[in-house]
Amino acid sequence: MKFLDEYRDSTAAAQLSRSIRRITTRPWTLMEVCGGQTHTIVKSGLEDLLPPEITLVHGPGCPVCVTPVELIDRAIAIAARPETIFCSFGDMLRVPGSSKSLLDVKAAGGDVRIVYSPLDAVRLARTNLSREVVFFAVGFETTAPANAMAVWQAEREGIRNFSILVAHVLVPPAMEAILNSPNCRIHGFLAAGHVCTVMGWKEYEPISQRWHVPIVVTGFEPLDLLEGVQMAVAQLESGRAEVENQYRRAVRREGNRPAQERIAEVFEVAPRKWRGIGEIPLSGLRLRARYRAFDAEQRFEVGVGTVEEPSECIAGIVLQGLKKPFECPAFGTRCTPETPLGAPMVSSEGACAAYYLYGKRKHEGSKSELPGAAARG
Amino acid sequence: MCLAVPGRVVNVVEGEGLGLRCGKVDFGGVLKEVCLAYTPEATVGDYVLVHVGFALSVVDETEAQKIFEVLREMQQLEELETPSEIGESSA
Repeated sequence: MKFLDEYRDSTAAAQLSRSIRRITTRPWTLMEVCGGQTHTIVKSGLEDLLPPEITLVHGPGCPVCVTPVELIDRAIAIAARPETIFCSFGDMLRVPGSSKSLLDVKAAGGDVRIVYSPLDAVRLARTNLSREVVFFAVGFETTAPANAMAVWQAEREGIRNFSILVAHVLVPPAMEAILNSPNCRIHGFLAAGHVCTVMGWKEYEPISQRWHVPIVVTGFEPLDLLEGVQMAVAQLESGRAEVENQYRRAVRREGNRPAQERIAEVFEVAPRKWRGIGEIPLSGLRLRARYRAFDAEQRFEVGVGTVEEPSECIAGIVLQGLKKPFECPAFGTRCTPETPLGAPMVSSEGACAAYYLYGKRKHEGSKSELPGAAARG
Repeated sequence: MCLAVPGRVVNVVEGEGLGLRCGKVDFGGVLKEVCLAYTPEATVGDYVLVHVGFALSVVDETEAQKIFEVLREMQQLEELETPSEIGESSA
C-alpha cells in the first residue's frame, strides 16, 4: 500500500542504521511514547539495527493499558444491564477488571459489541430507540476528535439513548510526569505522530525547553522510527534540545484545527487516574457541562469503589519505561495474552504483548546486526 | 489504538442538513466509508490518514518523498567517504 510499504524497505533501514552508528558516541536512552511505535520496534527488530549505546524504552502510550481498573469495572456493570448495548473498540474486551472482563459479560449474554468507529455506536442508537447505547470512549488525542464528533452529532440529531463512558487521556502531562520522576533516565522522546496530526507540536516546545530534552514527532513505520532515532541522537550529540518533526508527510505544527475546535467544544481538561501510575493532574478529558447528558457515568448509577491491582503485575513500572516486560517475574509464565495479569499483556499496543508475541522473552545481551544491516559499501 | 492508515479518497459527499462531510476511501482495494469533516481540504485522489473512521490529515506527497531524498544524499556521501570499502565485507 502506498505510504506504507516504501517505509518498510530493509535497504533504506540499513542505511539509516549506519548513519545512526556513525553519529553516536555516547549512551543515550530514548522513549517512544506510543504503543503502536513499540509494536513496530519489537516486531521489526529495530533495536538490533541500533548501536549498543542506544536504548529504547517503551512509553505509556497505550490507552487500553492506562485505563483505570475502576473504570473497567464500571463499564462491566453498565454492559451487564439488560437495556444496554455496550459498544467498544475490540482491544478493551479482554482487559481484566477487578474480577472479570467485558468479554465475560458478553459470554454471559450481555449485549457487548465491537465497533470500528464511535459513529457506528451513534448509528446503533438511531436504530435501537428502546435500548441504551453506550460507547467506551477510550483513547489519546488521536481518538478524541472521533468521540467528540459522535457526541456532537448525537446532540444535533436529538439522539437521547446514546452516551459515552469517558476514559480520555492526554500525552504531554504524562511525558511531564515521567520527566518529573526522580528515576527518570530518558534523554529524548520520539513523540506519538498520530497524536500530533491532531494537536500539532506547539505544546511540546515548552516541555523540550524546560527539561532540555529533544522531542521528535515520529511516525509508525520502521523507516520513520529509525529516522526519528537519528534525529534525536543528532540533537543529543550536538547538545541541542528542540522539537523536530520526522513525520512530515502527516503532521503540521498547528495540527488539525477543525478537530481541535470540536474537541474543545465537547470536552474539557480534567484530572485523570492512569492505571499503574496513579492520578496525573490535568491529564485527561471529560465532557463539558453542556454535554453532561451524554455522560454514561451520570446516566447509570453504578457504585464501584477503589480497587487494588494484582500485586505481581509491574505494568505501572513498564509503562514509565523503568523496566522492560521481560524483567517481570510473571512475564510469559503466570501472565500471558490468554491469562493476562495486567492490561499491557492484552492490548495490541501493550509493551508486554509486543514482547510476548514477537518472541522477545529475554534480553539478548549483545546486539547483533540483522542481515539487511550487515551489507555495506 | 492510535493507529491510522493511509487511503485514497474515491468520492466525497459534502455534508448537507445533519449529514457530515464523508466519502469512500480506498485502502489497497478495500473501500470504507470515512468521515471527512476534519479534512475539508481533502478531494478525490488525495491520500488521507484515517483513524477509527475519521480522516485526520491529508498526506503531503512532496514531504512523503523527502526521507528518500535524504537517503539518496546519504548514500552518495557514504560512497565518497568509504571508496576503499566497496566490494569488501566489513562488520
